[in-house]
Amino acid sequence: MEGLERIVREHPFFAGLGDDFLALVSGCAKNVRFEAGEYLFHEGEPADQFYLLRQGRVALELTAPGRGALTFQTLSTGEIVGVSWLIPPYRWGYDAKALELTRAISMDGACLRRKCEADHDLGYDLMKRFMPVVIQRLHATQLQMLDVYGSHG
Amino acid sequence: MAAMAEQAIATGGFGDPMVPRVARLRRRRRDIAQVWTLDIESEAAAVEFAPGQFNMLTVFGVGEVAVSISGDPAAPGPLIHTIRAVGPVSTALTALRPGAPIGLRGPFGAGWPMAEAIGRDVVIVAGGLGLAPLRPALYRLLAERRRYGRIVLLYGTRRPEEILFRAEIEAWRRRLDFDIEVTVDHAVGDWRGHVGVVTALIPRASFDPQHAIALVCGPEIMMRFTVAALRDAGLGDESIYLSMERNMKCAVGLCGHCQLGPVFVCRDGPVFRSDRLRGLLSMREI
Repeated sequence: MEGLERIVREHPFFAGLGDDFLALVSGCAKNVRFEAGEYLFHEGEPADQFYLLRQGRVALELTAPGRGALTFQTLSTGEIVGVSWLIPPYRWGYDAKALELTRAISMDGACLRRKCEADHDLGYDLMKRFMPVVIQRLHATQLQMLDVYGSHG
Repeated sequence: MAAMAEQAIATGGFGDPMVPRVARLRRRRRDIAQVWTLDIESEAAAVEFAPGQFNMLTVFGVGEVAVSISGDPAAPGPLIHTIRAVGPVSTALTALRPGAPIGLRGPFGAGWPMAEAIGRDVVIVAGGLGLAPLRPALYRLLAERRRYGRIVLLYGTRRPEEILFRAEIEAWRRRLDFDIEVTVDHAVGDWRGHVGVVTALIPRASFDPQHAIALVCGPEIMMRFTVAALRDAGLGDESIYLSMERNMKCAVGLCGHCQLGPVFVCRDGPVFRSDRLRGLLSMREI
């Protein structure tokens, strides 16, 4: 567990997390790895976790009939994959595929939700970490939707 | 000749800056969909230009349009311009055959701050066709590589098929003294690079914000968000330069078509230090 705590503490997403919260969060963590081409999860599956990327790159994709997999974002070392574990119905809205060998910490979403319900200070700390990521990705999505590099750009 | 060229740069070419000289299209090549690079030969092709400057090109009988110079400022030979065919003049320009006459005025405007960049890390953020007016600056930086710190190019475009100057970018990526990251808004198939907005590359880039200068060119929305991301990374407005695009007509600050608040983009720009544009970029109806 000490090893996992150290890894969680060193990940940028949990920078500055206090010792008590670190112990709680790390109790929901486990090490995982994905080979290139392997999927972390698929659209429609239960969103029971999120991932702290330690190494590698992950593509977020949606598959459209006749167009194949459309990648709308890639994430890499130091970033997180997945926020759907936070909000009901806890279901993935896209696929996540490792583009290369990817090492990550998988955080058990149900475990974290229970701990956040029991300790709202922990819940608030986690929300303050997740919301900037959500807002940043929302803004990025808005820019992508504007298609600024088109002929009108 | 050097003095003559200096004067020519300052006044916008040889002689009356309002009178086009007749040049000829030597070669044209399609870079990506709707985007063409034109090699233009002029009797006065010896005119030097500064990276970031533009020329006014005329298709006789159709009209005149401002086009960025995208070639190497140190290379002799034709003037290189890259243009997207969107309106009647740009479409006519890209449809010309080699040997066709073209009216040429310029070069005009204030270019990239190459002297201020010496000794500093240089972060270049380009979006879409915005890479074209930055390419002369890149040629200069790489030709004088030892004079600069880290050189970082962050390039964003719509799709992998719309990466401008792709072969050149691939060649640059093989250099060990030049950091390049390319991202696209969407990708299908076997694209292995980044997907996402170009601003997302800024926090991951390696440069010292206290000793860096940023050169930015792309769609105005992209530049607004890029300036914000560069500020978040620690750069001050006095270290961020933007190339603006407006409806340039006379190119010498007389007609007012390209007025942006208190400045004329053609005469005072197209390259501006960010603090000079403070408030103007986000203002509506300008």
